[in-house]
Amino acid sequence: MQTRPDTTQTGEALVSIEDLEVHFELRGSSFRRLFGLDTGTVKAVDGVDITLKRGEVLGLVGESGSGKTTLGRAILGLAPATKGSITYHERDEQGQVTDRVVSDLRGAALRKLRTDLQMVFQDPHAALNPSMTIEAAVGHPLKIHGIASGADLQHRVAAALERVGLAPAAQFMEKYPSDLSGGQKQRAVIARAIILDPEVLVADEPVSMLDMSVRAKILQLMLDLKNDLGLTYVYITHDLASAKFFCDRIAIMYLGRIVEIGPTEEIFADPKHPYTKALLKAIPEPDPRKMMPRDLPRGEIPDAARPPLGCSFHPRCLEAVAECGWESRDLRALLEEHWTRQDPSVFETEQALVGDLDALGSAEKSLTLGRGADAGKVKAMLDGIRSENPQEPFWLGVKSVEETTEGVQLSFHEGYDPLLRPSGGVEVACVLHPKPVTTEPSLPEARKPKR
Amino acid sequence: MTELHDGPVGGPAANELVIDAQDVRIWYGGERGPVKAVDGVSFSLRKGEILGLVGESGCGKSTLGRGLLGLLPEGAKIDGHLRFKDEDLLALPKKEMYAKRGTELGMIFQEPLTRLNPLMRISQHFEETLRAHEKDISKAEIERRSLEVLRLMGIPPTRYRSYPHEFSGGMRQRLMIALALVLRPAFVVADEPTTALDVLVEAQIIRILHDLRREFDTSLLLITHNLGIIAEACDRVAVMYAGEIVEIGDAREVFSEPQHPYTRELLRSTISLSTTGLNFIPGAPPDLMEPPSACHFHPRCPDAMKICATIHPEQRVMPNGSRAQCWAADQANGIVELSDDERTPLVREEISVADEA
Repeated sequence: MQTRPDTTQTGEALVSIEDLEVHFELRGSSFRRLFGLDTGTVKAVDGVDITLKRGEVLGLVGESGSGKTTLGRAILGLAPATKGSITYHERDEQGQVTDRVVSDLRGAALRKLRTDLQMVFQDPHAALNPSMTIEAAVGHPLKIHGIASGADLQHRVAAALERVGLAPAAQFMEKYPSDLSGGQKQRAVIARAIILDPEVLVADEPVSMLDMSVRAKILQLMLDLKNDLGLTYVYITHDLASAKFFCDRIAIMYLGRIVEIGPTEEIFADPKHPYTKALLKAIPEPDPRKMMPRDLPRGEIPDAARPPLGCSFHPRCLEAVAECGWESRDLRALLEEHWTRQDPSVFETEQALVGDLDALGSAEKSLTLGRGADAGKVKAMLDGIRSENPQEPFWLGVKSVEETTEGVQLSFHEGYDPLLRPSGGVEVACVLHPKPVTTEPSLPEARKPKR
Repeated sequence: MTELHDGPVGGPAANELVIDAQDVRIWYGGERGPVKAVDGVSFSLRKGEILGLVGESGCGKSTLGRGLLGLLPEGAKIDGHLRFKDEDLLALPKKEMYAKRGTELGMIFQEPLTRLNPLMRISQHFEETLRAHEKDISKAEIERRSLEVLRLMGIPPTRYRSYPHEFSGGMRQRLMIALALVLRPAFVVADEPTTALDVLVEAQIIRILHDLRREFDTSLLLITHNLGIIAEACDRVAVMYAGEIVEIGDAREVFSEPQHPYTRELLRSTISLSTTGLNFIPGAPPDLMEPPSACHFHPRCPDAMKICATIHPEQRVMPNGSRAQCWAADQANGIVELSDDERTPLVREEISVADEA
């Protein structure tokens, strides 16, 4: 394994991702498939532009379902791009750069790419074949690509094992994964990833399955390898604390999109997107004098097949405003939350008043609540909920509430789906950023409306 | 042996010990001999108190949690004194222990999805749980009590008849907690309840656990490997290493003034927002079949002295109220006077990088 010169922070693009979409079609019912009806799509990655620079550590941070793993896998061609492109700028020994479009590669050409782009998986217990010795597992890539065999292969495997701290290598070569501890297995997985001498390592939660006391060791190993081998990392994690000193740049993802991206120091010194702020506040600190704040976002990441209108984060956002994309499903959540706090008798009367909540299940910008019920009573109920918590951002999004003969008609303000825009030293996708300089509210550029 | 009780003396619920464990030992039969998973552990829990149990994988913390509830597998043996309120749990016949689980002793597991039956509605889960202990309970009463506890967990009443798959991960964990609490047990063991969850949801669940005592008066043993969670949720913390509690005390004291080197190093190796460098404890937790002589931590301990490898340290109360078993802490606090020979720093054997957990 050769040692490359240090090329950190030259700013040279190594992988460019342009307007990448990875959509998965849902199978739906046989009836819908038979008649070619729309069965829905999971937008795992939904319009991501990002450039990975040579020698940097780029963090992709977000909750489960944010699309961070799919994006990482797409870089290696493991998840098919449905739109946009991923280009790997390969540099040969002479310094000549050739572009390889990962998203167009198939079969053997794609396999060849793996000599340059490699992956470290989350669960070391599942990433190693239990019936392969460590020697066979770590040397497997060399065999597949026909790079080495026999004594040469054995020699290279030993070198890779020692490099990741599994020394003396002879002690580990004949062992099976079940003989190794979690940390040792993850070292073996890393050895297998670096044995082809790659340029880029995509590490998907490499330490989240490990004990706290081992995490630091594995991260230290990865930092050492980066310096020794001139690697570039994509570090996928849900843990902002480890990203803080591991990454040069961080992209915060939410429901398939990047909502904030910038240098690590900037993100931590002045987080802008409400989601970034929430993630930072939620990290449990090992200090009993600091209590976790109570004003954390409610709920969980929504279904990617049916994303909220406007900004995807608005239903959970504490800073949401009128233009964030409020809709009928938010009313449903509001009613359910309200009933959670009420006496069962109140719940029964009020539920009878509004009827089946499933009617609020599809995204509508205007709706009629309580068809057939006394409109006055429905209106009074809504007013009651509003007076319970007038600060609730939902009410900012309500344009009008009118009693009609059919029921109570609610309509919501027009919503915007914000693009990533520069704000301070970072880029952020939020209607609140950058802060408007004039008092006149000027609405930012929006994406094309979602279906 | 003198009885070891912890926690603030006095206070409103001072005499109400819910769990009192003295010198509890649990071992498994192994091929090469017994595995001492829990080796002489003493602690007590008061009403409404939350005790965090922290340690690396394989330190015996999960075994201890299960042992307290009588959920040990065949072939495991438990010994010592274990009192729940006024009863000796270890002397109870199996049948009575079975009846106690659910009504008096509860458990919250790590993976909520594998613990819920996918073919049963949430309402049926509650029905089954309540009927198992109160045969003649009416349907209306089941619904009333279930909705009450669901409400406290923040689950809307509209979801009462849903199936487990219709809930998100965080909601499922709330359901598990609700199912454990619907019979209002006095003591609950939560084994890594947030490990499978995302950070925002984890924060929500920690908040719920922290607030449990307000509504349920439950004493909670919270098992985790994450010191951050202990700091957020627990009143007291017990640090386990190789089957022993090496330090136990008020959470604030243990975190600000750790007495045992293991606690200190564990805190240093935790990655948090205030982390500035990577620290770790060299080596791996020992084989519980043949743990190191005397203090089990001495081969990995940066402060190890000659005595640490020859005589097992006693549990002693430190000036800050914590209880710790460490010769270095005893010496530093002037509790024992060690001779120059005993104090000689131990030459540490070279620990290979890869020899780790």
